Amino acid sequence: MAIKERLSGNEAVAYAMKQINPDVMPAFPITPSTELPQFVSSYIANGEMDTEFIPVESEHSAMSAAIGAESAGARTMTATSSAGLALMWEMLYVAASNRLPIALAVVNRALSGPLNINCEHSDSMGARDSGWIQLYAEDNQEAYDNFIQAYRIAEHKDVRLPIMICQDGFIISHGVANIELLEEEAVRNFVGEYNPEHYLLKADEPMAVGPYAVSCYGMEAKRAQAQGMINAKQVILDVAAEYEKVSGRRYGFFEEYCMEDADYAIVAIGSVCGTMKEAIDRLRAKGIKAGLLKVRVFRPFPGAEIAKALKNCKSIAVMDRSESFSAVGGPLGAEVPAALFQAKNTAEVIKIVYGLNGRDFTIEDAEKLYKDLADIAENGNQSEEEYRYIGLRE
Amino acid sequence: MIGSTLCGNVTELPSGDTSMPCGNIVEIRWHGRGGQGAKTAALLLADVAFSIGKHVQGFPEYGPERMGAPITAYNRISDTDIRVHSNIYEPDFVAVVDDTLLHSVDVTGGLKKDGAILINTEKSKEEILPLLKGYEGEVHIMNAREVCMKTLGRYFPNTPMLAAMVKISKVMDQDVFLKEMEASLQHKFAKKPEVLEGNMQALRLAFDAVA
Repeated sequence: MAIKERLSGNEAVAYAMKQINPDVMPAFPITPSTELPQFVSSYIANGEMDTEFIPVESEHSAMSAAIGAESAGARTMTATSSAGLALMWEMLYVAASNRLPIALAVVNRALSGPLNINCEHSDSMGARDSGWIQLYAEDNQEAYDNFIQAYRIAEHKDVRLPIMICQDGFIISHGVANIELLEEEAVRNFVGEYNPEHYLLKADEPMAVGPYAVSCYGMEAKRAQAQGMINAKQVILDVAAEYEKVSGRRYGFFEEYCMEDADYAIVAIGSVCGTMKEAIDRLRAKGIKAGLLKVRVFRPFPGAEIAKALKNCKSIAVMDRSESFSAVGGPLGAEVPAALFQAKNTAEVIKIVYGLNGRDFTIEDAEKLYKDLADIAENGNQSEEEYRYIGLRE
Repeated sequence: MIGSTLCGNVTELPSGDTSMPCGNIVEIRWHGRGGQGAKTAALLLADVAFSIGKHVQGFPEYGPERMGAPITAYNRISDTDIRVHSNIYEPDFVAVVDDTLLHSVDVTGGLKKDGAILINTEKSKEEILPLLKGYEGEVHIMNAREVCMKTLGRYFPNTPMLAAMVKISKVMDQDVFLKEMEASLQHKFAKKPEVLEGNMQALRLAFDAVA
């Protein structure tokens, strides 16, 4: 039986953590982290879970302790946000390259400066090449569902990589909304016990974690790590199919909303996608064939699948909630056009940066963008700008 | 591709709800100062509306994180799934928890003419009206401080403001609201049962104190 609740995104993921009850959670429990470690430590203090909570002195230490715990053979999680993720940076690569399936709940918020606490994807997007799997959510439900699927993906023997479960800061993390939760028993049956094959505390198999690799071995290690990310694609789909059986909710690499016959498509990540769906319903009522491709899995990047889903669109807008300072747009704006090029898809593509430092994005903004896409499909892209902004005051 | 949803076939979406464009959503905007509980009021309203089977959103918009800074919080309440994730620019109802905000914040901005504004103030309606930039809809005032002092002995304006907003917005029956709040407060104050009655009295008195 599903449990009907109303929870913030932070509460939803903390509840998933309680239901999974991993072995260890090292976390830096105050700002810039969100309430998430606080909720988990309350569950532990109340005896509702028996995870070992380690309040560390920084996020660098949080990730270091997570690496230690996971290496020892413990199922490990942590949570952070914004500058906290930035302080983990060095250790993110260590976790991934040592093939440690740690689950990290990320609340996406802006990095300084200017000093700002609001939603942006620049924190986790900056970590996109660190070797972590990245799943993004539209709302509290998806953040919860993604976290329950996290360990099944990360710990799979063909993958063995850490995973970030991302949700939009404040908009989702601090917004209360309806949600359906699984029963604890259903969650524990789905996630299962953690039985790692190799770990430091395995007495009959002495091993080292994180040793030096000379040039004649290092490249092979990286290649093996890359294979884990390649393998993650199938595992993500398999885990999603199994999750649908227990939850009734369907997940994949991305969600296609009104895409079968869409002339104009927007590719986006996160909470903005709900707003897009409202705009699409309004436009469809007027006969405008608008569609949305909402990216859930950004690492591994499902480029070929995205290109296939967009193959019949006349014009496409790719949305980034982060400024890469690359002079050519954001990360999704780089990777989606590359995937389209590989697939020899020559649709008109525009790249958008929006929502920086928590700047709002409305249904009207979405409607205007679809109208611009219709114009571009008709007349071509007349703009000479490499990429454009929505919501910027100029 | 797994994960696709068919247009017009949104019953496949999570929770099995039939999603509709946001025609039947009640939208409420709360203005307060950091520390006064405007965010808590929005979250409590979301809670209590959820408890009678509504789809809800309650979310704050943070500015600088300090006591006394103006903050905004929002509610959407609907019979169907709510997907939009922007702030509210054309609310049906506005609640102002601190009347000093009337001088610095455009509290009636976008407020629908057939909606209403609720202001916590010790002033008279005649003194307040000139500060509302010619707003043509209903204006309600309440002295939440007086309600609080009579019932709680301390100033927690969000409790009476919540009840007053329920009365004005009619998002739910007043008796149902009181019943749900009693259950919720019993849970919240399980270790401090002595504060329950004062809070319930504040809610009841607020219904009568709104002018």
